[in-house]
Amino acid sequence: MTSTIEAPRSPYSRAPRSRGVNWEKWGWIYMRVSGVVLVVLIFGHLFVNLMVGEGVSALNFAFVAGKLTTPFWMVWDVLMLWLALIHGGNGMRTLVNDYATQRLTRGILKSAILAAVVILIVLGTLVVFTFDPCPAGSPADLLPSFCSAS
Amino acid sequence: MPEQAATLTSQQKTTSRRPAGTLYRGREGMWSWVLHRITGVAIFFFLLVHILDTALVRVSPEAYNAVISSYQTPIMGLGETALVAAIVFHAFNGLRIILIDFWNAKYQKAMFYVVIALWVVTMLAFVPRHLINVFSH
Repeated sequence: MTSTIEAPRSPYSRAPRSRGVNWEKWGWIYMRVSGVVLVVLIFGHLFVNLMVGEGVSALNFAFVAGKLTTPFWMVWDVLMLWLALIHGGNGMRTLVNDYATQRLTRGILKSAILAAVVILIVLGTLVVFTFDPCPAGSPADLLPSFCSAS
Repeated sequence: MPEQAATLTSQQKTTSRRPAGTLYRGREGMWSWVLHRITGVAIFFFLLVHILDTALVRVSPEAYNAVISSYQTPIMGLGETALVAAIVFHAFNGLRIILIDFWNAKYQKAMFYVVIALWVVTMLAFVPRHLINVFSH
């Protein structure tokens, strides 16, 4: 059986919008700009957390507390959070547009993606900026060493 | 319908010759695209879980240590290896896509093999060290 595959770069059947913001274009640009930044941020994140010292075996609350009380790593992590979630959410939106054929299915899936992205950005940002490295009543051996100083 | 006939003729023109007009149909161009989608979806779902588990630092040190210790088991250690493999491919192939779009699409096949080579080198640097960290504890 032979089937004809439509030429991939055939023009849109409907006329492109001539007025207003071209969101698809800005989404396309966002994927490339955020992608370059994310390569640096995520490679740095993986190197510091998995390669330096004993890697994954050394991760615990005290390690994360040390990072999340350093402004450098707070900015690094929040940037990574926002850029990666929006990059991933937009990528998933592309897949839904490509593979979900029903209008209702597309609507449900894209709403779910948007909800996940918004909730996790809010949650992650709140965690970074309201973090308490020395919560009262926690055993000292689980906390970073600077909690017992003074 | 004369319009449709005209469309078919131009389509037949393109399909009768080598796939033209896109690098995403067939061979390296297509398989890099397939891998980019698969790795992208995998990374997205890990990201959702990873933000939730890291958010436990706001609950209590015990809660965070409990969940992170599940990342330190041998099975999860292999999972992290697969995750890093996916991320490294997605990162290097993403840079390749940017070079195709803004520099020169002519070198997309060569750049695909550069991506594979860089992926192998990066994984050679990462995997032994990570597996030692996982299995010696």
